[in-house]
Amino acid sequence: MLTNEEVAQTIINQFGEAVGDFDDPYDLLTFSTSREQIIPLISYLKDHKTLQFGFLTDITAVHYPDSPGREFCVVYHLHSLINNFRLRIKVYLSKEDIHIPTAVPLFAGANWMERETFDLFGVIFDGHPDLRRILNMEEMDYHPMRREYPLEDATREDKIDALFGR
Amino acid sequence: MISEELDIANKNVPARNDNGPVQYVNELTTLNLGPTHPATHGIFQNVLQMDGEKIVSGEQTIGYIHRAFEKIAERRPFYQITTLTDRMNYCSSPINNMGWHMTVEKLLGIEVPKRAQYIRVIMMELARLADHLVCNGILGVDTGAFTGFLYIYQERENIYEIYEEVCGARLTTNMGRIGGMERDLSPTAIRKIKELIPRFRKVLTEFENLFNRNRIFMDRIVGVGGISAERALSYGFTGPNLRAAGVDYDVRVMNPYSSYEDFEFDIPVGQSGDTYDRFMVRNEEMWQSLRILEQAINNLPEGSYYADAPQYYLPPKQEVYRNMEALIYHFKIVMGEIDAPAGEVYHAVEGGNGELGFYLISDGGRTPYRLHFRRPCFIYYQAYPEMCKGLTLSDAIVIMSSMNVIAGELDA
Repeated sequence: MLTNEEVAQTIINQFGEAVGDFDDPYDLLTFSTSREQIIPLISYLKDHKTLQFGFLTDITAVHYPDSPGREFCVVYHLHSLINNFRLRIKVYLSKEDIHIPTAVPLFAGANWMERETFDLFGVIFDGHPDLRRILNMEEMDYHPMRREYPLEDATREDKIDALFGR
Repeated sequence: MISEELDIANKNVPARNDNGPVQYVNELTTLNLGPTHPATHGIFQNVLQMDGEKIVSGEQTIGYIHRAFEKIAERRPFYQITTLTDRMNYCSSPINNMGWHMTVEKLLGIEVPKRAQYIRVIMMELARLADHLVCNGILGVDTGAFTGFLYIYQERENIYEIYEEVCGARLTTNMGRIGGMERDLSPTAIRKIKELIPRFRKVLTEFENLFNRNRIFMDRIVGVGGISAERALSYGFTGPNLRAAGVDYDVRVMNPYSSYEDFEFDIPVGQSGDTYDRFMVRNEEMWQSLRILEQAINNLPEGSYYADAPQYYLPPKQEVYRNMEALIYHFKIVMGEIDAPAGEVYHAVEGGNGELGFYLISDGGRTPYRLHFRRPCFIYYQAYPEMCKGLTLSDAIVIMSSMNVIAGELDA
């Protein structure tokens, strides 16, 4: 059985300053890294002899409009099926420059997860083979999961604000 | 002779030679399988490029019933998100419900009593039975065998009657509550579940006799749409589709939740990951679900069916009428006035299709700051063109059917 400390120590030994913010909310090892290190980090974890994080559970993003310089957080959930160990990697991006390298060469399943993240948040995955919207229409010119868009469709003009409590 | 209009539609048509006859090499037919096709069981568009009868490549368009659940959830108190989770995998909505409630309980740190956990297991296994039943029955229909579907569909109806007995609803159940169940299993419900198990075994045996070694059925599905374990893992397959490829990953065993560690059951595993293996894995899982169901209903522990967490557990309606405290809590919970602690949770349950994960970020408010559903369908449906490649259209239909792609879960 791997412990959070062991895995964290292995990662720190390899990547040093490039990883940080170690935490374990509800026993799930969580840490953050930089955009430059995310792909080397995932491929290191995937190819590591004992860790073997060979399963990408999920990629998604979170928008924090109130924290300047780190407005977008791309979250990766990895799972080592051999060790039955999950971990979560976060990459913070600023809203001026929301580019991050794609994980498609490592996991085929990352394709749609990244497309969904792009669709909903506008995070641009560099090197993605086919970065298009997936759930919404191509004609949409905004990314609806960002916090600045209210729940109701702000582009509609046929609704009277007063009747909808706005 | 092919018309000019069709030539324009085909991209790969070679330039027309004015002197000689037209060469039809590399000419592909574009075929729209869907969005509304009776055999896709939902609204998915698949644009297939066909070379004669062979599928060369395909591309899916999804999002036709995208309802923006993640966005809606950001404005809803935790209880009201239950109704959203219902509508994801609508073939087995209790699993979605329970998964969501367990996620919130993990965030709040509520320990659920054993009885409630067992009732949840019973409901989740009934849902799994109903889900696999539909999937396998429809696979039969898609290969032209309507009888099997007719034989087993009555059992799904009986499962829905149990839901109705437990919570009053049939399809979009909301029988769970944060901290336990809405109400206890009634004696009628227990009787119905106990009656269901032997009857289901009989029906399932009959179903297997019809299909498992049926020559026509096997010709249609053996060796069709196979995917290797490595590719399946790379794509992020989970559930029966991954187990058919030979990986024995089951969330119920790897990360047990809701007392699954108390029960004895096996994980059926296939070898080649083809349609036949997927069919057989689902069939075998139904037998295992029946085993779990039998153990859970026979060893149902005594005690309360909800946790002692009045701030979060919606009090029984009869209490609300008589008891002032219950009325206050009822009001506060319904109006969403109770804040959850700040935190970040990922909780996964084994849904009908695989690992159904809830990634919940709470900033200490009354609604989630961010809620993301890891929907198994969404993740494995992208492998569909790869699995169809080189096969015929009729194979593509059974592959889609055996993957159990649920539109509600795919789009969320």
